[in-house]
Amino acid sequence: MTAPAQTAQQRERATTIFEKSVPGRRAFVAPELDVPEKPVGDLLPASARRAEPPRLPEVAEPEIVRHYNRMSKRNFDLDTGFYPLGSCTMKHNPKLHERLAAMPGNARLHPAQAPARSQGALELMYNLERALSEVSGLPHVSLQPSAGSHGELAGVLLARAYHDDRGDTARTKVLTPDTAHGTNPATVTMAGYEVVKVETSADGGVDIDDLRGKADESVAALMLTNPNTLGLFDRNIDEITRIVDACGAISYYDGANLNAIMGITRPGDMGFDVVHFNLHKSFTQPHGGGGPGAGPIAVSDRLEPFLPVPVIARHEAGDGGPTFDLDEDRPKSIGRLRGFQGNYGVFVRSYAYICSLGAEGLREASEVAVLNANYLMARLRETAGQHLPVAFDRACGHEFVLSGAPMKRELGVRTLDLAKRMLDYGYHPPTVYFPLLVDEALLIEPTETETRETLDGFAEAIGEILREAAHDPDALLNAPYTTPVRRLDEAAAARSPVVRQPLSG
Amino acid sequence: MSTYTSLTDADRQAMLEAIGVNEFDDLLTAIPDSLRMDRPLDLPPGMPEQEVEAHLRALAGRNTSTDDEICFLGAGMYDHYVPALIDSILARSEFLTPYTPYQPEISQGGLQLMFEYQTAISELTGLPVSNASLYEGPSALASAGYLAKLANGRPELVVSAGVHPHSRATLETMAVGYGTSVVEVALAGAATDAEALAEAIGPQTSAVFVQQPNFLGAVEDLDAVVAAARSHRALVVCACDALTLGVLRAPGDHGVDIAVGEGQQLGNRLDFGGPSFGFFAATEEHIRRMPGRIAGETTDVDGRRGWVLTLQTREQHIRRERATHNICTAQVLNALAGVIYLSWLGRRGIVELGELMLRRTDYARERLTALPGVRALHEQPVVREFAIELNAPVAEVIERCAAEGINAGYALGHDYPQHPDGLLVAITERRSRADIDRLVDVLGRAVAALRGEPAAAGAAR
Repeated sequence: MTAPAQTAQQRERATTIFEKSVPGRRAFVAPELDVPEKPVGDLLPASARRAEPPRLPEVAEPEIVRHYNRMSKRNFDLDTGFYPLGSCTMKHNPKLHERLAAMPGNARLHPAQAPARSQGALELMYNLERALSEVSGLPHVSLQPSAGSHGELAGVLLARAYHDDRGDTARTKVLTPDTAHGTNPATVTMAGYEVVKVETSADGGVDIDDLRGKADESVAALMLTNPNTLGLFDRNIDEITRIVDACGAISYYDGANLNAIMGITRPGDMGFDVVHFNLHKSFTQPHGGGGPGAGPIAVSDRLEPFLPVPVIARHEAGDGGPTFDLDEDRPKSIGRLRGFQGNYGVFVRSYAYICSLGAEGLREASEVAVLNANYLMARLRETAGQHLPVAFDRACGHEFVLSGAPMKRELGVRTLDLAKRMLDYGYHPPTVYFPLLVDEALLIEPTETETRETLDGFAEAIGEILREAAHDPDALLNAPYTTPVRRLDEAAAARSPVVRQPLSG
Repeated sequence: MSTYTSLTDADRQAMLEAIGVNEFDDLLTAIPDSLRMDRPLDLPPGMPEQEVEAHLRALAGRNTSTDDEICFLGAGMYDHYVPALIDSILARSEFLTPYTPYQPEISQGGLQLMFEYQTAISELTGLPVSNASLYEGPSALASAGYLAKLANGRPELVVSAGVHPHSRATLETMAVGYGTSVVEVALAGAATDAEALAEAIGPQTSAVFVQQPNFLGAVEDLDAVVAAARSHRALVVCACDALTLGVLRAPGDHGVDIAVGEGQQLGNRLDFGGPSFGFFAATEEHIRRMPGRIAGETTDVDGRRGWVLTLQTREQHIRRERATHNICTAQVLNALAGVIYLSWLGRRGIVELGELMLRRTDYARERLTALPGVRALHEQPVVREFAIELNAPVAEVIERCAAEGINAGYALGHDYPQHPDGLLVAITERRSRADIDRLVDVLGRAVAALRGEPAAAGAAR
């Protein structure tokens, strides 16, 4: 296949806002100086003063707006196209939520405002805590962690605090299955524990015998995602948490895949002590190009004393209804994980989502997520099954894994090449090369907000790309052709890193 | 209600048939019966969009925002003006709705903005390497402790009591995990006690943490801190207020190894504390120990300029338990607000804004400390925030001011018990001389009333 003619975007050399800078241009006009104009030298010692201003861009408003709007068009986005990125739950972000978060009472509320003058915000946070508690089946919630990874760290530190409090200080290990997200083992190290991997059995669940052999009194916790990153609900989940409990360890539920189970089953009922939520996954906070999110945790009674501060306290007042306060006076707390109360703007959106859906709607969201995933898996079995078989052939949760190994063997194209060709077809590719234990993996998560027609279209497109590969593998090996840039040299970028714009003058 | 799903009954039937099962529950057989919920979630029923809007509007209406009062609260987040072009650009779905740029060919907008952001932070801090942002300020500071451990493995962190209380608390929480102890050095007056600091630093010290200006608003002698740390080859971590870096010397120029800070003041809303971003910049030698995402420049197969996530072998998705941090993404949308804001301010604007804050802060400090019953908590130079001590119960003074539509500032007693009636007052470009005069009037009357004296003539000038 010959490359098509260059698109307009491809023809244009990308320039940074710094390269658009021309001395003398400006957007900002300072408010009038309405106080005495004391010399700066009288106000600051010379040793602390900046000699030369930082070389920030000098541009006027129209150019800033055009620059970033043009840049935006070099991004693929969820509002425009299908984004089946496994493990990331790229569901629709309701438009109402942006309006709500921007209301002055939310957006312009100072985080140190007195609780008496932020009762609406505290009530919203309290209500969100209660809803997350109900969804997880665990009684106590802290909204403070800022992301899933932050929630994981909170959870493992809670486990440490729990053991220490009981004088049980000899535990040094945390168990994680080999299917775990990379954040799990990274968190374990940061929390000062040693990672011990648990094998996966032939049916895609935790290898119970391996777990039994490793669960002993040196283990502080198990971190588990369920359904796991293969999209499979672990049939032995009851037994897993029993084994962990029997050795005195804490069971941590990574809520990355909560979108498969809302209103269907609950981590607390499965025997977990702590769970984190990704509000940017199951609860519709827009992903923002890679943040912000929020990673609240819910915990059992035995972990409650150790929750991070502050926690929201609800007081029953006499006639005026309940009042809300921030409680920092908790002697056993692990302490703070960040400044102030957490990512409140995220809480507003997730709370609005829960209000819109209610109990039935949340269950429906998960049911349709599971139905859509199983349907897409069935359709792909038809259109692509020969080259891209399902890795574990049983009913999946909200996502599933295909293996590109036969495609690589038979057609000479890798999963990476397939993914790059999808870009020309207008799709965001699935997560690739994860989970690690499936060769040439594609992890596909359609979410509940996609139509059946979209799923059909995607399955057909994959089929078409594979037919293309069968008669012209180069079409894939050289893809993409139509994107703003084509394949990029990542090795060169890492070898001699250029991580900022060089500036002169 | 608003379910945001599209399947009709006919769709469901056809889909179940295509899957080869009779009913939906056949897809759930891996879930033991005993674990399936046999009741609906105990949550209120869903609501139509207009009712959700009304409910959340009512809640928001019970908050007193900076639109509702004249706000002198700071303590780490500040009521700055956010220009309209930020709202406009951040609302674009191409920035709002994608995830992290795993497919760089269709994520050049996001990657380029990270690169521009890294450049801006590098310029502000005077340090060559910035990541693409962390969650927020205090956790960014705590992350620097982890980098220090990875860099030199020493067992102790020394932190000035002038560092934001939330940052110190976060550092302590995280240091318990990575096994480093934290030693706090007291303030002498309002600045870090130089002698005590020098005594605290030794061969066991991994890193020294200071804040510029510190939590009480005081400009610290960073050169002295760096010299004390250097004598034992400890790293220096400086938390800085990015908006003061038009007038204050860049931490990198003082010889600081790592600069971190809260990004809210750069074009982000207050949002009751988040989301915002934390910045993290360091010297070249730490580039392969940096936490979080970093964008790097490269070329495509045709030689076009482009950007990718780089040095990913530091990160959890590649390196797993040997990663330099467990963070997965960044705060890209908030960092975008940051870089747009810095472009809007521009090279001269950031100096003009800094000088305006400097002069108005000086004015406010002079006026307030001239009031009877009010004195300066310290005489250190300040830029945008200063501390005063009241000869009256601070909580009651704040209440009285609030009743007149003034949020007078942040009471210091909780974090600094030695200043039970200390008050931290923050000035931004949104606080005019008239606003400051009003604060002086209202606070002066409140203090006078609580001391049982009439307001002095000077207070109503």
